Amino acid sequence: MAAAPLLEIDDLRLAYATERGTVRAVDGVGLTLRRNEAVVILGESGCGKSSLAKALLRTLPRNAYAPEGRVRLDGAEVLGLPEERFRRQVRWVRIALVMQAAMNALNPVVRVGEQVAEPLRIHRGCSRRQAAARAAEAFAEVGIPGDFLQRYPHELSGGMRQRAVLAMALVTEPDIVVLDEPTSALDVLTQAAIMNVLKRIKRDRGVSFVLITHDVATSSEIADRVALMYAGQVVEEASAEAFFTAPAHPYSQMLMASVPRLHQPEPPQPIPGRPPSLLEPPAGCRFAERCPQRFDRCSEPPPALPLGERHRVRCWLHATGGGRP
Amino acid sequence: MSPRPAQAAAPGEPLLAARDLQTHFELRRWGFLRTGSVRAVDGVDLTLDAGEAAAVVGESGCGKSSLARTLLGLHRPTGGEARFEGQPLARLRGAALKAYRARVGYVQQDPYGALPPFMDVRRALEEPLIVHGVAPRAERERRIEAALEEVGLAPAGEVWGKYPHQLSGGQQQRVVIARALILRPRMILADEPVSMLDASVRVEILELLRRIQREHRLALLYITHDLSTVRHYTDRVLVMYGGRIVEQAPVEALLERPQHPYAEALLAALADPDPANARRERPVPGGEPPSLAAPPPGCRFHPRCPYAMAGTCDVYDPPALGVGEGHTAACWLRA
Ligand SMILES: Nc1ncnc2c1ncn2[C@@H]1O[C@H](COP(=O)(O)OP(=O)(O)OP(=O)(O)O)[C@@H](O)[C@H]1O
Ligand SMILES: Nc1ncnc2c1ncn2[C@@H]1O[C@H](COP(=O)(O)OP(=O)(O)OP(=O)(O)O)[C@@H](O)[C@H]1O
Ligand code: SF4
Ligand SMILES: [Mg+2]
Ligand SMILES: [Mg+2]
Repeated sequence: MAAAPLLEIDDLRLAYATERGTVRAVDGVGLTLRRNEAVVILGESGCGKSSLAKALLRTLPRNAYAPEGRVRLDGAEVLGLPEERFRRQVRWVRIALVMQAAMNALNPVVRVGEQVAEPLRIHRGCSRRQAAARAAEAFAEVGIPGDFLQRYPHELSGGMRQRAVLAMALVTEPDIVVLDEPTSALDVLTQAAIMNVLKRIKRDRGVSFVLITHDVATSSEIADRVALMYAGQVVEEASAEAFFTAPAHPYSQMLMASVPRLHQPEPPQPIPGRPPSLLEPPAGCRFAERCPQRFDRCSEPPPALPLGERHRVRCWLHATGGGRP
Repeated sequence: MSPRPAQAAAPGEPLLAARDLQTHFELRRWGFLRTGSVRAVDGVDLTLDAGEAAAVVGESGCGKSSLARTLLGLHRPTGGEARFEGQPLARLRGAALKAYRARVGYVQQDPYGALPPFMDVRRALEEPLIVHGVAPRAERERRIEAALEEVGLAPAGEVWGKYPHQLSGGQQQRVVIARALILRPRMILADEPVSMLDASVRVEILELLRRIQREHRLALLYITHDLSTVRHYTDRVLVMYGGRIVEQAPVEALLERPQHPYAEALLAALADPDPANARRERPVPGGEPPSLAAPPPGCRFHPRCPYAMAGTCDVYDPPALGVGEGHTAACWLRA
């Protein structure tokens, strides 16, 4: 039997209490990640990507219920760990998170060099000097000139601030770095430069990445694997090869067709309709209302059906014997 | 919604024309003197015809929003000139300026919604009508309904009591567009209207803008940093770098045969989704965009340009050179 994957998420659930009811933002998500792999969590706004990251790292807002399901790191269950142990053994130490819009959340009155060194002092018990030296290395690694260590966040461009928060996530040498929309607020040249940095770090350091984005083109810049989310669930989990060349779920196919392409004469096609509410998601397939291929069976919820080696699709079209008659 | 009849601009004259337009912001500091300025718009030539859609493309900080705000009369140009229907904008004051603003719809750059959070849709749309003296109330309501229908938010009754937070990102952007249209403008300036939206919604909004622009023969200036969103939705592309337009071309020509090295770099940084992308680095020009307080001499792109010719590009400022039908590039390689 193959070694346990580095990270294994199984039937993960996260819900929020709101005055209008329970929002099931993550509703039975499963995926696996191996060492030195990059998986991209792709999906439209509100489908639960950030909630998935928050459940994984247990950085939850007040109105969230405790996450349910299983998260195994090198085969060991971590979701049930008491907070104190989780903080000492997992968060930042093994899995680091760059939150959505983190580059705008840097402390404005502390020099960026100190902010990048801080996780080392907190989580690795480094001395001030050791931490400063490591922070300088991390800056070099992400392509920030050394003298920027002394600057304040507002003295850095958006691209440089994004590199700084990336350095902060890398500095403790975690096995997995989770990046939530790291490039979506940046212009295309800066996006490309940041993606280049991630590619280099992945190659040189053997880090694994969970990259969250709503941008299909960006996702293909780093993905070994893609997990496409829709309304709180992963509807297709596949290798990048399979996902970008022959997506299997109708939603995956329509999403690919909605992407504007540089040299394609046919215009991109928007996906008619909108995702369902996570307060009361439909009982059957969550995409059914927008799916041109739906049939009788789609009124029942499809499970994640295996379609090949590490390829799963939540769609009845791919059920053996259960598909379209 | 019926468009206003085009006012008599001189025959053959474009709806909007800028010549050597400049908007420099003074740099000021409290406590001690400091001279100098940020040349956010620094010698822009452009024209836009009625019924034409053009994109202004460039990286962050190159002056796109400053250009839009100058064309809107929100910044007074510090040099050069812009004319709308033949009238110089710099001379517009008071009522004439107000009338001009009614003729130009503006979608401002604001990722988290240009809509005031405390106004419901109906009030957000009624406000410009009141400011511009549209009466009576029944007429305003008729216009609000028509505008909401135009942007695909019919029936109006379902949305007009809603507040921004009760709308999806795409719906919010539709309301913003309805607001830009409500005074029946001749021209729309849309500053990054889709950059914060999901791919599928992005295409919906771009299609919407294109349809409205065509149906009412509006001029559209669409500002973006993303060249992958210009085909199908614009006719012409203006590439902006360091406060200037460095290349202008019909959209097809720009995407297939860019002539300025900066336009080439912008295109090379983009990729269509492809699993092979993960295995190669994307070419990105080194260095940073030029400081607009102290732009480099010669061609502003020369410090980052892989083809820069010493003794020429770092000394002489390249003019816009004709390189094809309606296609110019400010680059010495094309001389
Ligand atoms: N603290 C919260 N309380 C209640 N609902 C929440 C909370 N945080 C998120 N949600 C809801 O949960 C759903 C998933 O939100 P989430 O932020 O995870 O989506 P996302 O995929 O990251 O979206 P985006 O691309 O816009 O960042 C949405 O419907 C959102 O409104
Ligand atoms: N009101 C102002 N006063 C002083 N400087 C300004 C003002 N507005 C813009 N600038 C400066 O002018 C330059 C161009 O800014 P502008 O916002 O026009 O760029 P942009 O191309 O729209 O960038 P982005 O893509 O980030 O929106 C920047 O250096 C900016 O800091
Ligand atoms: S299960 Fe049915 S409705 Fe859902 S995506 Fe597949 S075909 Fe469409
Ligand atoms: Mg998110
Ligand atoms: Mg701008």
